[in-house]
Amino acid sequence: MYNLNWFSQIGLQHYLLLSSALFICGMAGVLLRKNAIVILMSIELMLNAVNISFVAFSHYQSKLEGQIMVFFVMTIAAAEAAVGLAIMVSIFKRFREVNIRFFERLKG
Amino acid sequence: MLLSSVVFFPALCALLLSLWPVQKLLKSFALFLSLIEFGISLFILSQFDVSTASLQMVEKYPWIERFGINYFLGIDGLSIWLVMLTTFLMPIVILGSWNSIEKKWKGFLACLFVLQTAMIGTFLAIDAIFFYFFWELSLVPMYFIIGIWGGQRRIYATVKFFIYTMLGSVLMLVAMIYMMFLTEQAFGTMSASLLDFYRLNIPFVGGQFFSLQTLLFFAFSLAFAIKVPMFPFHTWLPDAHVEAPTPGSVILAGVMLKMGTYGFLRWVIPLFPEATEYWAWLFIFVAVLGIVYGALVAMVQTDIKKLVAYSSVSHMGYVILGLFSMNSFGFTGGLYQMLNHGVSTGALFLLVGMIYERTHSREISKYGGLANVLPFYSIGFFIVTLSSIAVPLTNGFVGEFLILLGSYASNPVFTYVAVLGVVLGAVYMLWMFKRVFFGPESVLIKEHPLHDLSVREYFVLVPLVVLIFWMGVFPKQFLGFSKTSIDHLVAHRSDYILMVQGQEGKQP
Amino acid sequence: MNHPLLIAVLILAPLIGFLINGLRYQKNSANLSGILATSAAVLSFFVSVILVSEIFSLPQESRKIVVQFFEWIHVDSFRVNFGFLLDPLNSIMILIITGVGSLIHLFSIGYMSHDHGAAKYFAYLNLFLFNMLILVLADNLLVMFVGWEGVGLCSYLLIGFWFKDSQKAAAGMKAFVTNRVGDAAFLLGIFILFLTFGTVQFSDLVAMAPSVAEVSWWGPITLGTLFLFVGATGKSAQIPLYVWLPDAMAGPTPVSALIHAATMVTAGVYMIIRLNPLFLAAPNTMAVIAVIGVLTAVVAACIGLLQNDIKKILAYSTVSQLGYMFLACGVGAFGAALFHLMTHAFFKALMFLGSGSVIHAMHEEQDVRKMGGLKKYLPITHATFFIGWLAIIGMPPFAGFFSKDEILGMSFQSPYGNAAFWALGVFGAILTAFYMTRLMALTFWGKARFSDKLHPHESPWTMTLPLCVLAFLSAVGGWIGIPHVIGELLPGHPENFLEKFLEHSILPILDLPKAMPTMEYLLMGTSVLLAALSAYFAYTMYLLKPEWPKKLADKFRPLHELVSNKFYVDEIYESSLIQPLIQLSKNIWLYVDVNLIDKTTYVVSDLTKGCGGFVRILQNGNAQTYATYISIGIVLILSILLMR
Repeated sequence: MYNLNWFSQIGLQHYLLLSSALFICGMAGVLLRKNAIVILMSIELMLNAVNISFVAFSHYQSKLEGQIMVFFVMTIAAAEAAVGLAIMVSIFKRFREVNIRFFERLKG
Repeated sequence: MLLSSVVFFPALCALLLSLWPVQKLLKSFALFLSLIEFGISLFILSQFDVSTASLQMVEKYPWIERFGINYFLGIDGLSIWLVMLTTFLMPIVILGSWNSIEKKWKGFLACLFVLQTAMIGTFLAIDAIFFYFFWELSLVPMYFIIGIWGGQRRIYATVKFFIYTMLGSVLMLVAMIYMMFLTEQAFGTMSASLLDFYRLNIPFVGGQFFSLQTLLFFAFSLAFAIKVPMFPFHTWLPDAHVEAPTPGSVILAGVMLKMGTYGFLRWVIPLFPEATEYWAWLFIFVAVLGIVYGALVAMVQTDIKKLVAYSSVSHMGYVILGLFSMNSFGFTGGLYQMLNHGVSTGALFLLVGMIYERTHSREISKYGGLANVLPFYSIGFFIVTLSSIAVPLTNGFVGEFLILLGSYASNPVFTYVAVLGVVLGAVYMLWMFKRVFFGPESVLIKEHPLHDLSVREYFVLVPLVVLIFWMGVFPKQFLGFSKTSIDHLVAHRSDYILMVQGQEGKQP
Repeated sequence: MNHPLLIAVLILAPLIGFLINGLRYQKNSANLSGILATSAAVLSFFVSVILVSEIFSLPQESRKIVVQFFEWIHVDSFRVNFGFLLDPLNSIMILIITGVGSLIHLFSIGYMSHDHGAAKYFAYLNLFLFNMLILVLADNLLVMFVGWEGVGLCSYLLIGFWFKDSQKAAAGMKAFVTNRVGDAAFLLGIFILFLTFGTVQFSDLVAMAPSVAEVSWWGPITLGTLFLFVGATGKSAQIPLYVWLPDAMAGPTPVSALIHAATMVTAGVYMIIRLNPLFLAAPNTMAVIAVIGVLTAVVAACIGLLQNDIKKILAYSTVSQLGYMFLACGVGAFGAALFHLMTHAFFKALMFLGSGSVIHAMHEEQDVRKMGGLKKYLPITHATFFIGWLAIIGMPPFAGFFSKDEILGMSFQSPYGNAAFWALGVFGAILTAFYMTRLMALTFWGKARFSDKLHPHESPWTMTLPLCVLAFLSAVGGWIGIPHVIGELLPGHPENFLEKFLEHSILPILDLPKAMPTMEYLLMGTSVLLAALSAYFAYTMYLLKPEWPKKLADKFRPLHELVSNKFYVDEIYESSLIQPLIQLSKNIWLYVDVNLIDKTTYVVSDLTKGCGGFVRILQNGNAQTYATYISIGIVLILSILLMR
C-alpha cells in the first residue's frame, strides 16, 4: 500500500505541500508574533508561499498566467515591504518600540 | 395640508431655532413659534366637522409602495383634543421653563419642538409604520431632555425610561408587521393602513393564550401599558419625573402618557374586539390596582415631584378603567380624563417647578407655612389640587364621575374598590398641601427671600386655571367634538370600520 | 316675576361677594369686606323672601318653581342640567340658610374685626353660602353633589382658617377626608340610582319610586339609598363618621355656628327628606337610619357630658341633635326632621354665637372650668343663651319642645318606630338637659373662676343683634308646627302650619295609627318632666354641691375615663385605620416598588449585561486575535466544504 514513488518522484503535491507549510509558518508568524518587523517578514513568507503554488500550477498546467501573476505578487510584496518598513521606521523613531502590543490604542 | 403643517411645523421650528444666530430673543422667538403652532391647531378645530365619525382632513401619499406603507394623516373626534392639548401646553411649557433651564437653550428648544412633532404625529398617523415612526421618534428628544437637562441621577432615569418604552414598542412593531402580512392574505395587497387593519377578521379563540388575536392584542397592549404606565410597569415614571427638568415633566405627564391611552383607544380596542372583551377584566383589575396602589404609594412620598408622579399612576389607572368599561360613559370619561390629567398634572409640575426655582428643594418635610408667604402661588396650587382630587366644577370631576359611572355600569365590584381612589386622592394631595403650605414657616422658607408669582408665572398659570374651571362647568363644549366618534366606537365595537370623509360610499 | 333671574341672583350674589373679596383680599380692610360679604348675604335673603312669597302665592298643588340654566353633562343617556327647583321643602331651607347666614355674617364683622385675614374669611363664608344654596336648590342629584362637595370644601378652608397652627390645618383635613368617605359612597348611590331609574332628576326619581317596599337588602333601591345615607353620615356627622365635627371647632366660632350647626351638617337630613319616597320604598334603609340616628343621639350626648371646651360641648350636642333628625327620618317622620332641623338651626346657631361672644369676651379662653359668673358681665349674651338653653332642653313653649317632641312622639307611634327608639330618645333628651345645664352653670352662673386681670365686656351691637334675633326665633320658631293635640287646647285652634305647607313635598306615613290625645300628653309630659329633673340635678350638682362631680368621677373612675376620652374613638381610628394604612403604603412602596419590581427589572438587565460580558471577551480589540478568528473560520468553512 505504501507508495515509494511519493518520495522519489517530485510532483505537484509536493510543491503544494511546501507552499502550504510555508504559508502556515507565515500565518503563525502574523498571528502570534509581537514584533512588527517579524510580522512584516512573515507576510513576505506567506506571499512567497503563494508564489510557489502559482509557479507550480503554472508549470503543471502548462499555462503562463501563473508565472505572470508571480511578478505582480512580487511587485506588491516589494511595495508593501517598502511602505510597511517605512511606517515601522518612523514609528520606531517616534516611540522607540516595534512591539505591536505597545500600540493597542483602539481596544474596545 | 393642514395636518401636515400641524405635524411638521414644529420640526421646522426646531431647525429654525438651531440655526438661529443670536442667543438673544431665542426664547421669545420659540414662544412665538409655539403660539403659531397653537393657532394652526385652533384653525383645525374651527374646521373640524363634528357631525361625522369619519377621518377628516386626510392626507395620504405613498411612502414605501412595495409594502403598502403610506404617509397617512387623519383626524377624528378621538384625536382632536389630544392634538389641541399638545399645542396648548407647548407655549405654556416654554414660558414656564424660562428660568429653569440653565444651559444649551438652543438644543433644549429644538428637542422640545421635535418632541411636539413626534407627539402630534403619533396622534394623527393612521398608518401603522408611520405611527410607529412617530412613536419611537418621541423617545429621542425626551431621552436628551432628561439626560442633558435633568437632575442628579438623570442618566439612570433616562436610560430606564428609554429601555422600558423601547421594550414594549418592539413587540408592537412585530405585531404590526404580522398584521401587514395578514392584510396581504386577506386583500391581496399588503397594506399598513390602520383602516385596512380594522377590516381584518383576526381569528380569536377564547381561553387560549397562544391564539392569534390574543397574542397580537397583548403585543400592542404591552407597548401601550408601559407608556401609560400601568401597574406593574410604572416604575420608570417616578424616576423619569424626578430627574426630568420641569418642562420635561410637564410634557411627559401632560402628553406622552396619553400616547399610551390613546393607543388603547385607537388601536387595541377597535382592532381586537373579542380579545378586548375577553381580557377586559385583567385590565380593569390592573387599573383598579393601579388607582389604589398609586394613591397609597403617593401618600408616603417625601419628594413632591415623586408624589405627583405616583398620582399620575393613579389617575392614568382611571383612564384605563374607563376605556375598558367599554360603554360610552367610560370612553367619554376616559378621553376627558386624559385631557384633565394633562392640564392638572401639567399644572402641578409647573407649580412644583416654580417653587423649586426659588428654594431648590423638593423635600416635603423641609416646607411649611408657604401659604402665608406666597398667597397667590398657594391659591393657584390649591385650585390645581382641587382639580386633581376631582372636586365638582373643576375638570377632574367630570372625567372621574363618567369613568366611575361607566365602570359601575359594567363592573360594579371593581368600582367599589376604585372609589377608594376618590378618598385616597384627597388624602395624599391634601396631606401634602397641609405639610407644604400650612403650619408654621419652616427654616427653608425663612432662609430664602421668596417672592410671589411674577407676571410671567401668571401667564403660565392663568390659562390653566381658566381651563380647569371651563372644562368643569362646560364639558359639553369639549365633549361635543368627540361625541360622534365615541358613539360610533360604542355602536360598532365588534365590527369597527373607519372611513375617510368624502369616501364613505366607496368600498376600498 | 322672572324666576330664572331671581334664582340666579339668589345663588350668584354670594359668589360675586366671594370673587370680589377673594381677589382683593389683601387690600380690603376687615370692615369693608365684612360689609360687602354681609350685603351679599342679605341680598340673597331678600331674594329668597321674594321667592318664598312667590311660592306661597301659587296654588297649593303646584307650588314649584323649576329653572333650567344650561346643560352640564350629556353623555349617551346620562343628561344633567344646571337645573334648580324651589318648592316648599327647600324654601324653608333657603330662608334658614340666607337668614341665619346673614345674621352670622353680621356677627362675624365684630368677631373678626381684629383678624388680618378677615377679607379671606368673608370670601370663604360667601363661597359657602353659594355652595349651600346650590345644594338645597338643586333639582338633581349631581348638582346637589356639586354643592355637597363645595360646602365640604368651604368647611375645610374655614376650619383650617388659622392654618399657621398645624393642628387646625389638620382638623380641616380630617373634616374633608372624612367627608370624602361619605362623598365616595354618595357617588356610588348616584350610580346605582341612575342605573336603576335612568335619571338623577329628583322629580323623576320621586315619581318613579315604587309604592311597593323593597324587601331585599341587596335590591338596587335599598343599596342606593344606603349609600346615599353613608354619604349623609359623612356630611351630617353620624356614627361612624362623626369624628370630624368636634375637631372642626378649630375654626372661627361663627363658622361653627353657620356651617357646623345650622346649615351644612343638616345637608344629609335635607337630602333624605328630598328623596323621601325613595327611602320609604326601602324599609331596610329606614331601619338603619333610625338605629344610627338614635345611637348617635345617645352616644354623642354621653360624650358631651364630660367635655370642658365650650365649643366641643356644643359640637357633641350638634351631633346628638342631628341624630334626632335622622331618627325622625328613619321612622318616616320627615316633616318632624325638617322641623327640628329648622328649630335646631335657630337655637344652635344662637348658642354657638353666644359661645363666640363669650370666647371673644374671655380673650380666646374656651375652657368652661375657667369661666363662671359671666352672667354679670355679659347680660345680653346670657339672656339669649338662656333662651337657647330652654329651647334645646325642650321646655314648652320654646322651639325645641315642639320639634323634639314631634320626633319622640313619632318614634313611638310610627309603624317604623318602636318603644326602644322612644326610650333611647328620651334618654338622650335627659342627657342633653344635663350637659346643657352644666354648660350654663359653669359658664354663666356661680362664681367667677378666671383671673382678676381679665375684664370681660359685652360685645358690640353687630354681635348682640344677631343673638337677639336668633333668641326670638328660638323662642317662637316652634309655633309654626304646633301639634294638633295642643292646638286644640289653645284659643283659636291654630293648625299645624308646617305640616300643611309641606303636604305635597313629603309622603305621609301609611297606616299611621290614629293619635290618641292621652297617649300624646303622656309621652310629652314624661319627656319634659324627665328633662326638667335632669336639668335640676345638673344645676344642683354644679352650683349647689360643687364637690359632687369629683366624688362621682372618683366612684366611677373607669366609666368616667372612657366617656371623657370620647370612648377612644379617635384613638381606635388612628391605630386601626390610619397608622396601618400609612405603614402599608410605606411597605408596598419599599417592597413592591423599589424591591420587587425594580429588582426584577434589574435581574433582567443584569442577564443582558452578563450575556454581553461573555460575548465581549471575544472582542478584545486585538487585530491579531481577530485575524486568528478569521483564519480558524476559513479553515472550518473550507474543511466543511471539502468534507461534503
